[in-house]
Amino acid sequence: MMMISKPTTMVVCLKGAAAGQQQNRNMATLKQISMRLKSVTNIQKITQSMKMVSAAKYARAERELRQARPYGEGVKAFYEKSGATEAVDDGNNNKLIVAITSDRGLCGAVHTNVAKTIRNELGAEAVESPQSKVFCVGDKSRALLQRLYAQNIAVVANEVGRKPPTFLDASKVANELIQLDFNSGKIVYNRFKTVVSYQTEEVPLLSAKTMLAAPKLQLYDSIDQGVMESYQEFTVAALLYYTMKESACSEQSSRMTAMDNASKNAAEMIGKLTLTFNRTRQAVITRELIEIISGAAALE
Amino acid sequence: MALFLRSTKLAARLTQGPTKCFSRNYADQMNFTFAAANQIFYANKNIKQVDVPSFSGSFGILPNHVPTLAVLRPGVVTVYEDEGTSKKIFVSSGTITVNEDSSVQVLAEEAHPVEDIDGSAARQVLQEAQSQLATASGDVAKAEAAIAVEVAEALVLAAGN
Repeated sequence: MMMISKPTTMVVCLKGAAAGQQQNRNMATLKQISMRLKSVTNIQKITQSMKMVSAAKYARAERELRQARPYGEGVKAFYEKSGATEAVDDGNNNKLIVAITSDRGLCGAVHTNVAKTIRNELGAEAVESPQSKVFCVGDKSRALLQRLYAQNIAVVANEVGRKPPTFLDASKVANELIQLDFNSGKIVYNRFKTVVSYQTEEVPLLSAKTMLAAPKLQLYDSIDQGVMESYQEFTVAALLYYTMKESACSEQSSRMTAMDNASKNAAEMIGKLTLTFNRTRQAVITRELIEIISGAAALE
Repeated sequence: MALFLRSTKLAARLTQGPTKCFSRNYADQMNFTFAAANQIFYANKNIKQVDVPSFSGSFGILPNHVPTLAVLRPGVVTVYEDEGTSKKIFVSSGTITVNEDSSVQVLAEEAHPVEDIDGSAARQVLQEAQSQLATASGDVAKAEAAIAVEVAEALVLAAGN
């Protein structure tokens, strides 16, 4: 179940004050090497199992995404066919950016890419008085944006990513989003392409007013304010649902790749460490032998 | 000779006839998408007709329908397929979009084929919803309960048919 909170207090993270022990690599003893070897082996075990878990989750996310794609395209079809893109200028300059991420890390650059796109956007608008609001879906986007743009963050939704997103989650986000009274906006998310690639994209979020001002709207029959508002609200929820599915799938596939790479790197480290370990052990044995032999020779 | 010429012209016109007819048929096609968050029913398929329940009244959509937007009411969507078969699908809520290029998008929050609905379970849901409406306090809770009752009533009605 997703939780939505409005940030009121700053969360300050204190790093552990323990200064790292200075390790002298050249003088590594057998004990130190074996400890390192053990920890790297453990890390490899963890990354391998994480990879397998995310592979299973990815398979599910991909299957669900295939279901959600025509849904998302159906929503976007009206945007394209009615030509509703430009926000009408009515003095309400509220811009809104929705960041679709999750709470979980260790998945490559999926969250960073979303945050980077938004950071560029916010950086470009500089000191203009009406600043864009940011709606963070997932704790990761908040963590990435908080340092520089804490005053832009309007709402944060967390508990995202543990389970696959549902329409209920999307409706909850949409409900909060509609209350923000935005004039124009967009959703920044990662569109899943293949297992190894995704693309950070954005879809526009239109307010009911913008939809009513669409250039081709005269063609459409029997539309009134009420219908348009309900239509827009449902569209927002459906779009969020679709983008959350895309994002979840990209995240799992990216995590799979990241964990695969981590396991490979760990395997490489284990190989090198084993070599050093064996060399050092041999050196110790040789030294001891020399000591024994020279001691015996001295007694003669 | 002239007669022969005329007859070939006629033949040419005759052969032209069906192709023209065919091309018009092609233009009459409907690009139909019916998707719900839980399942995809049609994706860019061609169908004969679809009847949808909306808040501004139930209506049928044929190819070349006038472009419109509408909001789905809980009820049964009936799809008449090209092969003459029809399918009844229950929807909870959503939107209907008919675009000028004769493409139709019906997007539902949740949809299930009518034959999958269990009548007794639907009646139970209705009872629960009604008791919730009776005990609900506050405007939001009341509205939510009223929606639940509306959906449950539609469910019972759909299961009864």
